[in-house]
Amino acid sequence: MNDALHNIRIWDDLARRQNAVNNLHPLVKLLTTIFYLIVVVSFGRYEISSLLPLIFYPVVIFSLAELPLGEVLKRIAWAMPFVIGIGIFNPVFDHQTVELLGFTISRGWLTFISILIKCVLTVAAGILLVATTGMERLGAALRMIRVPRVFVLQLLLTYRYISVLGNELARMLRAYSLRAPGQKGIKREAWGSLTGSLLLRSFDRAQRVYAAMCLRGFAGEYNSGAMAKIGAGDLGFLAGWSTFFIMARLYDWPLWLGSLLTGVF
Amino acid sequence: MHMADALISPAVGGAMLAVTAGMAAYSAKKISGDMDEKKIPLMGVMGAFVFAAQMINFTIPATGSSGHLGGGMLLAILLGPYAGFLTMASILLIQALFFGDGGLLAYGCNVFNLGFYTCFIAYPLIYKWFTHRGLTSKNIFWGATISALIALQLGAFSVVLETLASGRTELPFASFVLLMQPIHLAIGLVEGLVTAAVVAFVWKARPEVLEKAAAGEAMGNISIKKVLTGLVVAVVIVGGALSWFASSSPDGLEWSMERIAGTAELEAPAGIHQALSDLQSKTAFMPDYGFKASEEEIVEAAAAEEAAGTWPAVDAGTSVAGLVGGALTLIMAALIGYVISLSKKKGSRAAA
Amino acid sequence: MSHHKVEVSNLHFSYPDGHQAIRGMSFTIFHGESVGVIGANGAGKSTLLMLLMGILFPDSGEILVGDTRLTKKTLPMIRQRLGMVFQDPDDQLFMTTVGDDVAFGPRNYQLDEAEVESRVIEALTQVGIPHLKDRAPFKLSGGEKRAAAIATVLSMRPDILIMDEPTSFLDPQSRRRVMGLLKSFEHTKIITSHDLDMVLETCRRVIVIKDGLVAADGPAGEILKNQPLLDGCGLEMPLSLQSCPNCGASKYEVE
Ligand SMILES: Nc1ncnc2c1ncn2[C@@H]1O[C@H](COP(=O)(O)OP(=O)(O)OP(=O)(O)O)[C@@H](O)[C@H]1O
Ligand SMILES: [Mg+2]
Repeated sequence: MNDALHNIRIWDDLARRQNAVNNLHPLVKLLTTIFYLIVVVSFGRYEISSLLPLIFYPVVIFSLAELPLGEVLKRIAWAMPFVIGIGIFNPVFDHQTVELLGFTISRGWLTFISILIKCVLTVAAGILLVATTGMERLGAALRMIRVPRVFVLQLLLTYRYISVLGNELARMLRAYSLRAPGQKGIKREAWGSLTGSLLLRSFDRAQRVYAAMCLRGFAGEYNSGAMAKIGAGDLGFLAGWSTFFIMARLYDWPLWLGSLLTGVF
Repeated sequence: MHMADALISPAVGGAMLAVTAGMAAYSAKKISGDMDEKKIPLMGVMGAFVFAAQMINFTIPATGSSGHLGGGMLLAILLGPYAGFLTMASILLIQALFFGDGGLLAYGCNVFNLGFYTCFIAYPLIYKWFTHRGLTSKNIFWGATISALIALQLGAFSVVLETLASGRTELPFASFVLLMQPIHLAIGLVEGLVTAAVVAFVWKARPEVLEKAAAGEAMGNISIKKVLTGLVVAVVIVGGALSWFASSSPDGLEWSMERIAGTAELEAPAGIHQALSDLQSKTAFMPDYGFKASEEEIVEAAAAEEAAGTWPAVDAGTSVAGLVGGALTLIMAALIGYVISLSKKKGSRAAA
Repeated sequence: MSHHKVEVSNLHFSYPDGHQAIRGMSFTIFHGESVGVIGANGAGKSTLLMLLMGILFPDSGEILVGDTRLTKKTLPMIRQRLGMVFQDPDDQLFMTTVGDDVAFGPRNYQLDEAEVESRVIEALTQVGIPHLKDRAPFKLSGGEKRAAAIATVLSMRPDILIMDEPTSFLDPQSRRRVMGLLKSFEHTKIITSHDLDMVLETCRRVIVIKDGLVAADGPAGEILKNQPLLDGCGLEMPLSLQSCPNCGASKYEVE
């Protein structure tokens, strides 16, 4: 609970700082991230070494933006269970063996490792995007690629009220647990009333928010302010990384490097 | 059951993104077209509500375990299908961004699995069917429970299809289905019962909230025909995208599958790479990047090739090269990161 | 300058559940006046404010702002002249940054972005928080939130300010600061509150409401000293007007 709120706060804080990455145009960062994800995901299931150069992107962004390593790793670990849950069946179902350094290893493990690497890379890229951009600038970027206003406004409102309703819920849960000591969750009889009360409060709040919006001239249109122009530096960022991603996709650099070395020595 | 980026292929992710973007655009148009701007703050706050409600731990009687709410069905019932769908979409986007729950490429899959079935299938066809003769506690209970249950089953089945179409896992269809559906039967039951309990509570405490949702809906009566048309369109788009992709790359969906951990042969590029590889083959005592494959291995590889059709020979030499190169790549990445951080720190100290 | 006048005549309103919240109110507030609206919980203060803002519509009776009658048609025009600060700033700060929130109103009225920007800075400076422009609302203290909420209204340059309980949930210092702000505004002001000391300091005139009716209307100094009236309406004399239990002296002498 508090963890979730903490999460939103921490990324929000990080995104508000001034640094080279944070100051890039949000749309450019969004596009770079999406391109990166496509490239990572496009690798087949047996690829491991060729995937590795792609780690340069998160590492460089991470260092440039001076993000806290622990938080980023925690986020990645959080996302792993489902992927592990599905991926772990690869070694179970694929017993074909491959010889590696004199060891015989099941091919399933290779595909499993490939999935894990992809999981780390994709989750890291997503987290780096929010942590360097922040929700409101992402909203503006979404507007620039013509995502409907209704959706963007509603997205920003949801983001805004998570902390308000989260705090409201935390108070309700505290009150509940004080009267139900030693109980781990919410018992059946209270499912409807506890959640329902929160819902009704939220409903009333929505009406007040709507009133507040109307009083300030809201008529269904959301007018975000002017957006910064995309500069040469932004384009350079996009072009530079895209080239890197394409090169990484086309050639297996680590293999080449490794064979050069193992060949030489 | 959020789909993760790591489990999908670009074709599947892209196709699902296109489909859900279409649905979202249509829903957004519906809402602005009906001048239902009152719904926007309601959607926003309800999205936050579902977010908060997802964190409540519901103890499941007689099991000692606990479950959580997904919220898709609840949103459909409270806001109607179009607003419910958009709200679910924004919840999933925030989850993908801030929590790494499902990724940006898998976003389309997740919106489809958790938003489409609840709002456009289960709500109009099941919940409405149960409650069309009027809201009573009994109707609400059965309508909410069964629709949530079925929506989740459909969603889970979609996860299976999307994963298999992406070809990143080895799970056979039957085992995957047998794994997913029963788990989601249990999850869906909790989802359904919680949804029913909440809707029933709201209906007793403030019936006008539900009535408003049902009435203010220019969308309560989605016809089955429309739903089916939408579904057919979706299938055509997804199918089309997949088959286009399959035919445009020689090896079908898994176009890059043969590029295994140790790729048999680098696509020989012109120029510098060629020169370097020439140099390498001259200096290397292991030509063609590989150790001499043992006979056993060749037999095995051949057998595998026959079996899988796409599995090329793996030889230990390329694997070693891959391992060494991979380790070096990682070390270099770490080094670069370290150097940047170091210079950053120095910079800020100098500035201070 | 009659166009800043607010005239309420014979106003009736009941909620959909049948509860009669306002049962025939009439009063007129003139340009430049500062009026405190007080009454016990459930007396109908918030309901009255919502009627004034056109969030609710009366069953009968009418509201004139200047010479314009408040109807659905005149609503946009009237709302531009009235600014309301809500009791809970979280309802009013719905955007992701304070700056966007303050800009929300001006942008809706299609001002160009340079004008919007200057109004945002002006409003934030007026309430003393220009440095919080890029902050997220959930990271503000209670007092800062209140100031930001007031700024969202000021950026629309209203003629009349309406505030519901502007000092609730504030610590003594923040309360002081908000009171200082209120006193500094030249606008016509309508303020509801249970904080009668604040009302005494910031308002010249007081309207007492009881069960949806106007129970008293007059100069703040007189009404807030009228013990029997206040008792009858479920209120208590401001501390500053109560005589000292030890020496019998009163802190303030109100003229
Ligand atoms: N949405 C509603 N539906 C029905 N009755 C309502 C509603 N809102 C308020 N009321 C009733 O109308 C009456 C006046 O409420 P109002 O909120 O105006 O009081 P108030 O003077 O602002 O009280 P407080 O000092 O507690 O803020 C109360 O009896 C209240 O119960
Ligand atoms: Mg009130």
